[in-house]
Amino acid sequence: MFEYAVLKIIWWLLVGVLLVGFAIMDGHDMGVGTLLPFVGKTDDERRVVINTVGPHWDGNQVWFITGGGAIFAAWPLVYATAFSGFYWAMLAVLWALFFRPVGFDYRSKIDNPTWRKTWDWGLFVGGAVPPLIFGVAFGNLLQGVPFHFDNNLASYYTGSFWGLLNPFALLCGLVSTAMITFHGGVYLSLRTEGTVGFRSQRAVYLFGTLLILTFTLAGIWLWQAIPGYVIDSSINPNALPNPLGKSVIRETGAWLSNYQRYPATMLLPLTVYVMVPFAMLLVSRGKNLAAFVASSLAIVGIIGTAGFSMFPFVMPSSTDFGSSLTVWDSVSSQLTLGIMLVATLIFMPIIIIYTSWAYKVMAGKVTLAYIKENDHSAY
Amino acid sequence: MISDQLVDLSRLQFAATALYHFLFVPLTLGMVWILVIMESVYVMTGKTIYKDMTRFWGKLFGINFALGVTTGITMEFQFGTNWAYYSHYVGDIFGAPLAIEGLMAFFLESTFIGLFFFGWDRLSRQQHLLVTTLMAVGTNLSALWILIANGWMQNPVGSEFSYITMRMEMVDFAAVLFNPDAQAKFVHTVSAGYVTGSMFVLAISSWYLLKKRNVEFARKSFNIAAAFGLASILSTIVLGDESGYTVGEAQQTKLAAMEAMWETEPAPASFNLFALPNEKEMRNDYAIEIPYVMGLIGTRSLDKEIPGIKEIMAKNRERIISGIKAVTALEALRKNESNTNAKSLFEAHKEDLGFGLLLRKYTTNVSDATDAMIDQATRDTIPKVTPMFWSFRIMVGLGFAMLLLFAFAAWYAVKGTFDQKPWLLRWALIFLPAPWIAAELGWFVAEYGRQPWTIFGVLPTHMSVSTLSVESLYGSLAGFIGFYTLLLIVEMYLMIRFAKQGPGSLGTGRYDNEVAHSTHA
Ligand code: HDD
Ligand code: HEM
Ligand code: HEM
Repeated sequence: MFEYAVLKIIWWLLVGVLLVGFAIMDGHDMGVGTLLPFVGKTDDERRVVINTVGPHWDGNQVWFITGGGAIFAAWPLVYATAFSGFYWAMLAVLWALFFRPVGFDYRSKIDNPTWRKTWDWGLFVGGAVPPLIFGVAFGNLLQGVPFHFDNNLASYYTGSFWGLLNPFALLCGLVSTAMITFHGGVYLSLRTEGTVGFRSQRAVYLFGTLLILTFTLAGIWLWQAIPGYVIDSSINPNALPNPLGKSVIRETGAWLSNYQRYPATMLLPLTVYVMVPFAMLLVSRGKNLAAFVASSLAIVGIIGTAGFSMFPFVMPSSTDFGSSLTVWDSVSSQLTLGIMLVATLIFMPIIIIYTSWAYKVMAGKVTLAYIKENDHSAY
Repeated sequence: MISDQLVDLSRLQFAATALYHFLFVPLTLGMVWILVIMESVYVMTGKTIYKDMTRFWGKLFGINFALGVTTGITMEFQFGTNWAYYSHYVGDIFGAPLAIEGLMAFFLESTFIGLFFFGWDRLSRQQHLLVTTLMAVGTNLSALWILIANGWMQNPVGSEFSYITMRMEMVDFAAVLFNPDAQAKFVHTVSAGYVTGSMFVLAISSWYLLKKRNVEFARKSFNIAAAFGLASILSTIVLGDESGYTVGEAQQTKLAAMEAMWETEPAPASFNLFALPNEKEMRNDYAIEIPYVMGLIGTRSLDKEIPGIKEIMAKNRERIISGIKAVTALEALRKNESNTNAKSLFEAHKEDLGFGLLLRKYTTNVSDATDAMIDQATRDTIPKVTPMFWSFRIMVGLGFAMLLLFAFAAWYAVKGTFDQKPWLLRWALIFLPAPWIAAELGWFVAEYGRQPWTIFGVLPTHMSVSTLSVESLYGSLAGFIGFYTLLLIVEMYLMIRFAKQGPGSLGTGRYDNEVAHSTHA
């Protein structure tokens, strides 16, 4: 088996892969949900929009569920500390997600305009709120979160829900919302035509621009005014995890030092600057599939940038620096990480194969004519 | 210190959301196989009515599935939000099956359910049947993995406590997988789901037959439900509790509590058919006993003893006293890892660490626990007997009543005369809620019977919670109650509406109650 330290790094990468997978897959249907009330004006148009993701949203959502499960298994302390600390934020995500299964599945079962419009806004909430809150949460991770451990490793969160909503975090929330909506717009351009397609393209330009602006702003802010964290005691990456066994300091600009140390990683933010405009260009040329690939790469860039800036930190503590959770000391045992790695290596390719097959079966534009023909079986 | 109120509210929230999730789960587990059976018949015979059956029951299945997914996400979140110390303490073992469940099961069921609904025109018959089957396999695998996780909570095999990381760590994954508790639970729980699916189809078909609507459609559905139901209820009863008992200690405590067995009886023990347990004086005020039966159920033998509550308590008291040493040594080790005295003391008593931790409910300083506290903690190790005793009996009673129902249904299905037996049809209709009641009570027995532990013998419930404020819990509980009530109303409305309308809702023009205008999806 791999050395413990190597497994720890692999799992940091794999959690990243799962988050990126979540953002690309569940992200595009959340983006579609967010855009739903705006790109679809009539009931039939909205059914077109909903049916682009109708067969897929549930499978996509499992990226989110599995991401949660994987964090539980690989970083139990992070799962415990983040979910209980961000209690109300997590509940808001959860409750927003409630609107999706029922919204998709129940909306078109009753032919009543009020019923349907209500669920349309439900789908909007289910699409827009989770990315917003995840962005805000990331914004708070970058600043450090007020929590500490007692000697038994029980965690105590000492901030409030409103404290999470500080300006920098809200800006990060905007970045993430813009990213997901942009991506959803690209997907809609691929799967629709006519008026809906046209409105989706406009959404791509709007949110693409917003994404570049907010991403840049957040980057400058991070560089100038958000202090990062640094471990200043010696680290033994192979040691048994003990989050209380290190000392940590806080320094302005520290979050950017990884990029100085490994210049090649500048490619991550660079991807964002290349891929977002490129996706916009491709959409305008009608090369929508390529545009979807480009916007997916942009997502890799954004999440990669945020994650790599913090390495090896996962959840720094702003009130008791030493309690900060890092890649080295918040992980499961070597055996569990190994088992989980094997499980992931076996199942991830299988999942990708059958998911692709499902998309292939359902490929093609969703049109108004399709909705009329399949009145009884479409959403 | 963690307040009792916080613990009670966290438990209440978990119990409410889990029981709610399990309103939808068993129907999914069972219906999905009924869909597979119906569609297989369609593919083999090419008769359209079987396709319509698959699609109509599939529509009801979909309405139920949506809430299964919605409420399942709550469960996934809740370990982190409300049981943070638990998540830290056992995440190394417990998290793995949960994550594998996602990878292996949820992806499968959720991807293929999309194709199940949308793929009718785009897939060949065989391909579509394959999709339905994979969806069924996915839902059942999900039950397997979650019950492996849950079985480990009852019987925590394959793991060991580490005082450096302050948590349980996995040492033997195979032991966790092949935990006999988990296997027994899996068989019993999925069979219970199959019973639920069968009862649902049986009851609604009976209703159509009573109304003389869609007779052909309803007869064919009834036949399938009766056959599948009979096999399932037999499996629930016969295989279900097969191996769970003699293995774990959790099971001994539970068995004693649900049988209201205060004293250890000479083998073979008798079964209390009816009893009025008196918790305070630890005896039954009144009981009707059937000789031998308990010994048979509990040990599958006539010569093994089943320990009674008082004997279990005496043993637990010893373990608590030994556990105090383990806790004290652990505290010393946390201060200084290389304290060799503490290390050897800890090694000698670490099996009882969990029992020592039970005292944390009464004092932060376990080494100073008084005799009164130790007595109190000992009493805690036995769940309240009365609710256990009655919940178990109602589940079992319903089980046998359903066995009778399905036996009749299958008998008259073979004879082909069930639609002339209104008493049978009415019985089936009235029994619609029975499998849900039995399943919810079953979970109550399993989970409440595990108290005061979340992980039996390892981690007390009291220590497992997140350090949240009581206000937060009131708030979230209110939110869940609000959302869940609303969702249930919407779901029931749709379910009843489509069940009433029947296969006419497919808009094929072949059934009663066709809708002139569209009713979609
Ligand atoms: C015996 C079966 C069983 C049990 C005990 C549980 N579940 Fe469940 N769960 C299922 C059987 C199931 C299922 C049959 O697979 C569901 C129900 C209906 C459905 O839509 O899928 C499901 C759905 C479901 C989902 C949504 C999956 C998706 O999107 O497809 C999640 C995240 C969970 N569950 C998580 C949990 C957790 C964390 C539980 C532990 C407390 C739990 N479930 C208990
Ligand atoms: C869906 C089916 C389930 C139902 C209906 C159910 C029911 C319950 C009930 C009634 C309680 C409260 C017991 C009490 O506090 O007195 C409870 C507690 C709990 N259950 Fe379950 N349970 C289910 C599945 C699971 C599974 C699969 C797991 C783990 C994988 C689990 C883990 C827990 C935990 C952590 C608690 C809280 C601590 C406790 O009170 O014991 N449950 N459950
Ligand atoms: C008639 C005979 C039955 C017997 C002897 C029986 C026995 C048991 C026992 C002993 C438990 C507790 C297991 C534990 O503590 O871990 C249990 C749990 C359970 N029972 Fe039953 N049961 C019967 C019928 C039913 C029926 C008819 C249903 C539903 C249709 C059902 C559904 C459940 C469920 C869902 C659980 C919780 C999961 C589990 O622990 O396996 N049972 N049953």
